Formats: sequence, C-alpha cells, structure tokens
Amino acid sequence: MLLEVRDLHVEFRTREGTARAVNGVDYAVEEGRTLAVLGESGSGKSVTAQAVMGILDTPPGRITGGQILFQGEDLLKLKEEQRRRIRGAGMAMIFQDALSSLNPVLNVGDQLGEMFTVHRGLSRKAARARAVELMERVGIPGAEERVRQYPHQFSGGMRQRIMIAMALALEPALIIADEPTTALDVTVQAQVMELLAGLQRELNMGLILITHDLGVVADVADRIAVMYAGRIVETAPVHDIYRAPAHPYTRGLLESIPRLDQKGRELYAIKGLPPNLTRIPPGCAFNPRCPIAQDICRTDEPPLYEVAPGRRSACHFWRETLGREKPGEKPRGKPGGEPGGGPGATSEEKADE
Amino acid sequence: MSEPILEMRGLVKHYPLTRGILFKKQIGAVKAVDGVDLDLLPGETLGIVGESGCGKSTLAKMMVHLERPTAGVLRYKGEDITQLSGRALKRVRRNIQMVFQDPYTSLNPRMTVGDIIGEPFDIHPEVAPKGDRRRRVRELLDVVGLNPEYINRYPHQFSGGQRQRIGIARGLALRPEIIVADEPVSALDVSVQAQVINLLAALQRELGLSLVFISHDLSIVRHISDRVGVMYLGRVVELGRDEEIYDHPTHPYTQALLSAVPVPDPLAREHRERILLGGDVPSPAHIPSGCRFRTRCWKARERCALEVPLLAVPAEFRLAEGPAKHPSACHFAEEKRVVPTAGPSD
Ligand SMILES: Nc1ncnc2c1ncn2[C@@H]1O[C@H](COP(=O)(O)OP(=O)(O)OP(=O)(O)O)[C@@H](O)[C@H]1O
Ligand SMILES: Nc1ncnc2c1ncn2[C@@H]1O[C@H](COP(=O)(O)OP(=O)(O)O)[C@@H](O)[C@H]1O
Ligand code: SF4
Ligand code: SF4
Ligand SMILES: [Mg+2]
Ligand SMILES: [Mg+2]
Repeated sequence: MLLEVRDLHVEFRTREGTARAVNGVDYAVEEGRTLAVLGESGSGKSVTAQAVMGILDTPPGRITGGQILFQGEDLLKLKEEQRRRIRGAGMAMIFQDALSSLNPVLNVGDQLGEMFTVHRGLSRKAARARAVELMERVGIPGAEERVRQYPHQFSGGMRQRIMIAMALALEPALIIADEPTTALDVTVQAQVMELLAGLQRELNMGLILITHDLGVVADVADRIAVMYAGRIVETAPVHDIYRAPAHPYTRGLLESIPRLDQKGRELYAIKGLPPNLTRIPPGCAFNPRCPIAQDICRTDEPPLYEVAPGRRSACHFWRETLGREKPGEKPRGKPGGEPGGGPGATSEEKADE
Repeated sequence: MSEPILEMRGLVKHYPLTRGILFKKQIGAVKAVDGVDLDLLPGETLGIVGESGCGKSTLAKMMVHLERPTAGVLRYKGEDITQLSGRALKRVRRNIQMVFQDPYTSLNPRMTVGDIIGEPFDIHPEVAPKGDRRRRVRELLDVVGLNPEYINRYPHQFSGGQRQRIGIARGLALRPEIIVADEPVSALDVSVQAQVINLLAALQRELGLSLVFISHDLSIVRHISDRVGVMYLGRVVELGRDEEIYDHPTHPYTQALLSAVPVPDPLAREHRERILLGGDVPSPAHIPSGCRFRTRCWKARERCALEVPLLAVPAEFRLAEGPAKHPSACHFAEEKRVVPTAGPSD
C-alpha cells in the first residue's frame, strides 16, 4: 500500500468551541491507482489532505489521533525536516486555485526550475531546460518563449497545467489533487483532467482526487471514498457505488444531481444541512437528514461495516440500503414534502449558527 | 403561439478599453455581449448556458435594466423599453426582477431578513401599504420554505441555501412577471442545490412566471428549462427546445460542450464520444473574424473566417420536420449525438 490513513482525527479551536473536522478517517491508495474523495464542502476532504501533506495550519488545527503511513512509514512520527524532503519528491499537491498557489513575482520557468535546483542540485541553466521540457509535457504551446512569463499572463487552464507540471517535476509516488478543475470551464476541465489522468497512468503514480463532482470521479477513479462530517461513510470501487450505493447519504447525493441525458422530474433533495462540526449529533452524524433513521442511529455510531470484499459502509442499515433497486426508486416519502421540497413546505431546517 | 413577454433584438454591450490617465483614449472594447436576439415567452423557462466570460451575466443585467445596451432594442410586451428612464422605467422594472448568484455577498449583512425582503416595497409602496408589509414578508418567507419566525434574523445566521431562498423571496416581493436568475445555485453544494432548483421550478409553475435561468451547468439547465440558448463569446450560437439542444445539437460548440460534461453513469459513459477542444476561449476584446468559434472548431474551413454565420435554421434542415430543425449559427451545421440516450429510466 502506498498510503494508508488510519483513524485520523483533526480538530480546530474556534470561538464557538472545538470543531471536529476529521473524526476517524480511514483510507488507502495503492501505487498507480486513483482514489476519489467525494463530499460536500466542509466535510473534511481538504483538511485530511493537508494532514497527509503536512501542511495543516497548526494552530488552530491539531492532529489528535491516528496514523498516516506512507510507504510503510508513519509520517506523524517524522521530524519537520524529514517531512519536507518527502514533500515534492515523495508526494505533491495540486490546489484548486492555481493563481494564488503560484508565486506571482517569479516567472514560471524559475518556479519550475527551483524544484530542480533545490531538490536535485541542478544548475540554473539545466533547471531551465527541464522546466521547458515539463511545460511541453503538460501541453503548453510555445514553452520555449512562455517560460519567461509570469503566472498572471496565463489563462486559468494553462495555470492549472503549470501547477500540474510543478507537482510532477520530481516524479513523486503520490499526487493529491484538491478540486483541480473546479475553477475551470467545462471544456477546459475536460482537457486538464485528461492530462492529469494520462500522466498519472504513464508515471504510475498514486492519485488522490478530491472533488465534489461525481461525473469527474466516474471518469478517472478506481475507487471512491465518500466523506460526511469528517468521516468516510462509504468506500468502494466506483462502479459498485454508482450501481448500488450502500449508504443513504451516497444514495441521496446520486439522486440529487440532475442528469444530462434526460429532462428530470422533481429532484430528490436531501433534507436539511450538514451538521455544525462543533456539535456533531450523537450516533450516526447523518441521522437528522436520513430518511430511514431508526432509534439505534441516534445513539450508536455505526462502524465501517464490510459490505463485500473491498466495500465498506458506515450505516447500521447498509443491507436495507443496498437491497433497494437502483437510484430512481427513492426511499422518500412524499416528494416535495421535505423541507425545501417546494413552496409552502414548512421548513424545519435550523439555521446553522 | 403567444407573443413574447420580453424581446431582445441585436443587443450589444461593449465596455471600452482605455489607455492613459488624464486623457483617456479608447484603444478597443471588451465585447461582452455582441448581438443577441432572443424571445422570452410568457410562462416559459428559458435556460442560458455558456462558459465563463461568454456574456451571460451582462445579458442578464441588460434584461433587468441594470446595464444599458450599447446597441439594440429590448421590448417588454411589445413596448420598446431600451431608453426608458424615471417613472416609466420604474413601472416596467417592477415586473422584471433578478436573483443573483452569490448568496454570500448579495445580501446586506447589516439588514434583517425582514428589511431585505421588504426593501423593494420602499421603492414601490403601491404594492404593499406600510401597515401590511410585515405580513407580506412573512408570507414570502413561507412561500420560499423558510420559517416566518426568522424575520428578524441577519443573513449570517443562515446557510447558503437559506440565503439563496431569501434572495428569491426578495425577487418575488413585487410579484414580477419575469425573474432573471443568474447562476442561482452555483455557489451551493449538490444536496442543497436540489432544494433550491425544486423551489424555483415549483414557483415558476405555480405563479406562472417567465423565468430566465442562467448557468454554466448543462445538466441543471436541461432539468429546469423549456428552451435553451447556448452562448459563446457574446452571442447565442444555438437555440432550441431541450431535446433539440441536448439530443440533436447541430452546432460544433454545443456538441463539444455537451461531450465535455462528465457523466457519472458508467453504462452511459461507455457509449460516449469525447470531443476535446484545443485551446482556450479567445478574449472578448479580440473576437475572431467570421465565425467566432473558428479558432477552436475542428470543422473550420476558409468560409468560416470570412462570413459570420447567423443564428437561423440551417438550410439543410429547413425543409424536413424534426428535432434538428432549430436555429444554429454554423455554416456547416450537422446533427451529431453526443449525449447517450437515457437508459430505461433507472
Ligand atoms: N464592467 C465591465 N467592464 C469591462 N469588462 C466587463 C465588465 N463586465 C463584464 N466585462 C467583461 O465582459 C465579458 C462577459 O462578462 P460576463 O460577466 O457577462 O460573463 P458571464 O458569461 O456571466 O461569465 P461567468 O460564467 O464567469 O459569470 C467578460 O470578458 C468580462 O470580463
Ligand atoms: N484553518 C482553519 N481554521 C479553522 N477551521 C478550519 C480551518 N481549515 C478548515 N477548517 C474547518 O474544517 C472543516 C473541514 O474543512 P475542509 O477539509 O476544508 O472541507 P472540504 O471537505 O470542503 O475540503 C470545515 O468546517 C472548516 O471550516
Ligand atoms: S446509520 Fe442510521 S441514520 Fe446513519 S445512515 Fe444508516 S440508517 Fe441513516
Ligand atoms: S461556422 Fe465554421 S468555424 Fe463556425 S462552428 Fe461552423 S464549422 Fe465551425
Ligand atoms: Mg476543500
Ligand atoms: Mg456571470
């Protein structure tokens, strides 16, 4: 196993109290494979990734438990100096917003070249040549001339390509891409995803792809891990999840996206909102929004049950959920009867203060 | 067929590009909207899709009179309202309201929800007499699925989805006939997005509104719209009913756009052709000659650089009846199916 995160806990001290952003995350990535991490904003996807990379804001953040095994070694036991060496050469990260993660006052050639002068001890001239090579590799036309340009002189899609080039520079074993295409237009998104997936295959890197777009996931991932309120609630090979989700939250997500290939009826809407992380409900964190919650859900936190080899679900009623037919046969009561289902629906949603 | 409630004819919005501080000299123009003809029919939902910067928001602002067109005509129920001002404009504006994209910044943080939703009544007191306003605001909160007890709360006490509902309630306050919603769900998470889309669709139906729904998300637009216009670099390049656009697109840009949308269904994806476009959208300050899509079009030929293709039913489809017969601004329009047929509705 290339990377294994075990029972990771991260907290943030906030004015409102302690926000439990990550509450026992378990996930693993094999060499050369792609794991997609899916979840709504605030579910802890980025914080988990930052903990793995060792770039968490501490304070206010604090890792309060768990292990992060990278090539068998627990990163949480290493000194900062050792971790710095792993960043870049062992693992690298691609962020959503390339403009703010690139240095605005350095031209891209110098930024790319720095990877080679600092980590590989190349001369400035040799580093520049490698930078041009990298830019060509990620499909930037006219790399020879553009290597002297600054980040703001590139379009959003080009900047994202430069970020990918930076991440790939030292050919790390693991890449973490945090919403790498969210800020881009669909047609450019498709180009960038294609590039990333192609390079990942070619270099046989492990890839953690963080996204909230199920479509992107289906295109490139081998496995998927769904996060909710700081936990993995379901993990499985991509196709299995799509055909038969084993967790009510996953099922709700799948059913609430409009489809390109048909004009929809009313959309299924998961009622309510994700919990405030300073006050996560006892039992299953999803219980206030779950259409099939029972008493046990309000008292006992579900473990990650093994549903099938390679498939897990943190739901006491995974059997019942899985047993339902494919998405479409909805576990809902009255359509539109839920809060937010339609005009006049009386809302029981609580403002998330 | 009923008369359009809103007609756009040759609408143009150019923002001048200037150089110099003291003596500003115009050196060009950002052609944000560059000749748009569209009709909005009473009671319909017209979707507008396109990539970032193609002019969707600028067009929306012209529809609600927040921007004045550089050229072109805007008609409301047959009356030219392009140059209206003062009282005459106020009368028309009441009927055309806008809902904005960003529920985080479009609401004044120092006003209570009651004041935000009731504010339009200050400008149009005839709609709700003073003594009746609180009641009307409570009604509106109820209509958009918010607890009327929240009337004295402030925007920061609400979630994104709830703030979007507040924005919608405000848009409805004056009982407009037309709502222009610019990316009303783009800032929301999927599970909350569905709540707001259902709300808008139900309101449109029940109040008989004419709705312009702007989004860069093609799936959402299909879900909610009766007709869809596809924009590229300041123009509408293809226009049709939802199945005409999604199942029988004839413009290469629409085809590329549709084929680029990631589809989660693994079965549907297997039978799918991807058209990967080269390059980026050109700057709206430097629009290519002839067909504005030609720098990225895989079918471009010499004629495309010379002649501007107009938005009309292409000659090859004019005679036969069928879903390919709809306006498409391409010299070489051809049907090409890129969205796989929906399986047995699963
Ligand atoms: N006030 C302005 N001055 C100069 N240029 C402007 C102005 N407003 C918009 N533009 C430009 O006009 C073009 C169209 O902008 P518009 O906001 O209408 O795009 P859009 O389709 O709504 O994009 P998005 O999907 O990103 O919201 C862009 O190139 C934009 O930079
Ligand atoms: N620097 C920080 N200080 C306080 N809270 C934070 C910080 N970074 C993240 N959080 C909180 O941790 C939770 C998870 O955030 P994040 O991992 O960024 O979510 P996402 O799944 O959207 O990537 C959120 O509630 C967020 O507000
Ligand atoms: S454990 Fe209970 S509340 Fe949680 S998802 Fe399963 S059924 Fe719903
Ligand atoms: S007119 Fe020419 S360049 Fe424009 S879309 Fe049609 S084929 Fe492509
Ligand atoms: Mg994030
Ligand atoms: Mg816009």
